[in-house]
Amino acid sequence: MLFHRENLRVALGQFALPQFRLRSRSVSRPRAPIALTATGLLIAIAVLLPIVYLVIRSVGAGEAASEMLFRARTGAIVVRSLVLVVVVTAGSVAIAVPLAWLTTRTDLPGRRWWVVAAVLPLVVPSYVAAMVAVAALGPRGMLQGALDRIFGIERLPAIYGLPGAALVLVLLSYPYVFVTVRAALRRMDPALDEAARGLGYGPGRTSLKVTLPLLRPAIAAGALLVALYTLSDFGAVSLLGYETFTWAIFIQYETTFDRTAASALSLVLIAVALGILLLDSATHARGRYHRSTSGAVRPVSNLSLGRWRWPAAIGVGTLVTSAVIAPLGVLCFWVARGASAGGVEFPWPSAWNSLRVSLLAAAVSSALALPVAILAVRFAGRFAAFLDRATHMGFALPGVVVALALVFFGVNFAAPLYQTIALLVFAYTVLFLPAASGAIKTSLLQVNPHVEEAARSLGRSEVKTILQVTLPLITPGILTGAAMVFLLTMKELPATLILGPLGFKTLATEVWSAASEAFFAKAALPAIMLVLAAGAPTAFLLLRESRRASDDGEGRSPGGNGA
Amino acid sequence: MWRTGAAALLAMLAIGGIAGCGGRSEETLVVYSGRSETLVAPIIKQFSDLTGIKTEVKYGDTAALASTLLEEGAKSPADVFFAQDPGGLGAARPLLATLPSSIRGRVPEWASALDGTWVGISGRARVVVYNNRVLTEADLPDSIAGFTDPAWKGKIGWAPTNGSFLSMVTAMRQVWGEDATEQWVRGIQANGPRSYSGNTAVVQAVGSGEVQVGFVNHYYLHRFLAEQGESFPARNYYTRSADPGSVLLIAGVGILKSSKNKANAEKFVEFLIGTVAQQYFASQTFEHPLVGGVVRAPGIPELSNIKRPEIDVSQLSDLSGTQALLRRVGAIP
Repeated sequence: MLFHRENLRVALGQFALPQFRLRSRSVSRPRAPIALTATGLLIAIAVLLPIVYLVIRSVGAGEAASEMLFRARTGAIVVRSLVLVVVVTAGSVAIAVPLAWLTTRTDLPGRRWWVVAAVLPLVVPSYVAAMVAVAALGPRGMLQGALDRIFGIERLPAIYGLPGAALVLVLLSYPYVFVTVRAALRRMDPALDEAARGLGYGPGRTSLKVTLPLLRPAIAAGALLVALYTLSDFGAVSLLGYETFTWAIFIQYETTFDRTAASALSLVLIAVALGILLLDSATHARGRYHRSTSGAVRPVSNLSLGRWRWPAAIGVGTLVTSAVIAPLGVLCFWVARGASAGGVEFPWPSAWNSLRVSLLAAAVSSALALPVAILAVRFAGRFAAFLDRATHMGFALPGVVVALALVFFGVNFAAPLYQTIALLVFAYTVLFLPAASGAIKTSLLQVNPHVEEAARSLGRSEVKTILQVTLPLITPGILTGAAMVFLLTMKELPATLILGPLGFKTLATEVWSAASEAFFAKAALPAIMLVLAAGAPTAFLLLRESRRASDDGEGRSPGGNGA
Repeated sequence: MWRTGAAALLAMLAIGGIAGCGGRSEETLVVYSGRSETLVAPIIKQFSDLTGIKTEVKYGDTAALASTLLEEGAKSPADVFFAQDPGGLGAARPLLATLPSSIRGRVPEWASALDGTWVGISGRARVVVYNNRVLTEADLPDSIAGFTDPAWKGKIGWAPTNGSFLSMVTAMRQVWGEDATEQWVRGIQANGPRSYSGNTAVVQAVGSGEVQVGFVNHYYLHRFLAEQGESFPARNYYTRSADPGSVLLIAGVGILKSSKNKANAEKFVEFLIGTVAQQYFASQTFEHPLVGGVVRAPGIPELSNIKRPEIDVSQLSDLSGTQALLRRVGAIP
């Protein structure tokens, strides 16, 4: 037994348990190729444009801003925002990690379909989710109506405030964690699990002591996105009446049309986001997460859930029902109710526009996320850390701020591009880059750098090594990131409205246009189309991927066609 | 990997291609509309069909568009700014040209800018929406001031961050003065009002019985009735006394100084204050027309039958004081 334990430590120590590896590996890292650093620099400039704009606008911020900044209430609002961030992030991790594990590592019935459904909340605009939540769960909502008929319950407790806002945001944003964790689980070296099992750990203990620690970077990457997204959300908090800092910024724009004060407040938001990012890097485990050998990518044998199989399915089903099926149901009900009152038209051109710009945004963001991720993982240093943090700024800012910044730069310095698809896609990239780079980083951490070193020692240049060896190995991460950017762009509203070409409509703008004027039926149809149009490519991508993995018993050579 | 590379390349090409064909003729009239597409697209299309003048519209939130115009400055592609409220037009005022007197003369003076930079197009009245299953009009106080009575505790819904609500409070400050307005807000707060994000949410909540009364614009109810039928259990109440609870708010339009297409822009504004467009706003969007000779939608009273306070609507663009007041008493964040 003692012998076994010792073996286990040798097998696992340097991967799962940070205290076992480290300083000894202070081998001098290779310098980043100039081309990579130069690209990184350009990206940094691009993503920092909104902050430059905010600084320019804040200069001469008048009394209104300073009065607002330095009153006691502002502190309280910042605290409220942080409370929401913590609750939503914790809730998302608590839901997403077990869900990812159940759908990748067990014999959960119908798990491939659950995966597709579980990702879809990413595409639901937060104000739509909040509207649906109020209609369904409000004190006198649909649920109350049903309970009234059965039990005579006349009123449900109000969902407004923190509980409602947190519920809606958790259901909307757990997929950020789910997607990255799932990708990590699928690429994880099964040898580690098998070693633990072989050496006497039970399945539960293996998951807790081996699998979970190895998932840390993936969980952190997803959680970071959830935290920053929560900070920037306006739709859910305003509809559910929970005062946050972003809401305060909006009120500044909406009611006093004071760009200066709004910009100064946005800089505070940036400071809060930076705090979250620093906290995130402080908690990073610096362990290694890749496989020890150049072993094949092969799936871990699935754990049999036994008598827990159906309870687990019911749990997952409940989640998917509340996050996806119930909102769709409410939307369908609105369409049906409105259809009897008047015609309902399918906005096909808008659907096409949504797909088009979302695919473009996914492609461009993935392309730009690659150098960011490679620098961050392979050439970690001050510049890489700075670049990585800079890319997260857009994600934490309300879309309207980023859009106005690009109006400023577009009109003054890039007039021919102003109000074109090109500038719009650029805006999406600034907003959503970290969603792509996070997934790629997670994937890259799981690739053994020795493989790259081998390629270099065999005469490949740095750039060729990246293109021919690294890229093929991290394709799943690239696709995951692209899918997230695609879904985020599908629902993006403020930048689309402000920066889109004249007369440019997407499904998200159609929903907003009707919903803001209380035309529920008109709003519901494009909202349903939004979910379906986003769901189809996602399903294709995810199902194709899992089919390939299950056909992949033999595994592929890790160098792909490059080695 | 080649696939990824090829995809990125294709994307770049596609962007270049799309960006290349972005040119638009000088003749096309560019409208920035803070009014929603659902409301105004049909009438803008009708303008194009009748005059042959091509239009391109950027829809958005009035405040966001005003900010966009301010960022664009003299380089703005916009010719016309169609805003939901005087606040948005007021913010963009340095960029707006003075309208010709032929246009200004046709809109009532109280519904236009003093300096002639914009005119009102249609009106929406502030009303009290009430659930008619639990209340009748007789249960409601003569003035909106009456809702500070403790009897209304837990029964009120409002949307304190909504632009129209802020305009109403601005009207209160003009009519009642600063102190009385603050007292009113504190009185309502003492009754524990349920805060909603906007008018739609308030009407929805009144209809569902979550609250019994709400302070909103009149036309949301008519949309609910049109979609859900007359059985939707809410109705509008125009206050019996002429107080700010029934103030008429204005959506208006202005022409950008930087417009190179002013002749067509003026034709557009003339069209909006003409009978065809006014009739459209009356019957299709359930608003109050601002010029005569128009038939109203059923259930919408004549302006002359609404007891309205004597105030200068264009002055309602001063919202900073209102915001400061609401912040001071803690009604908004």
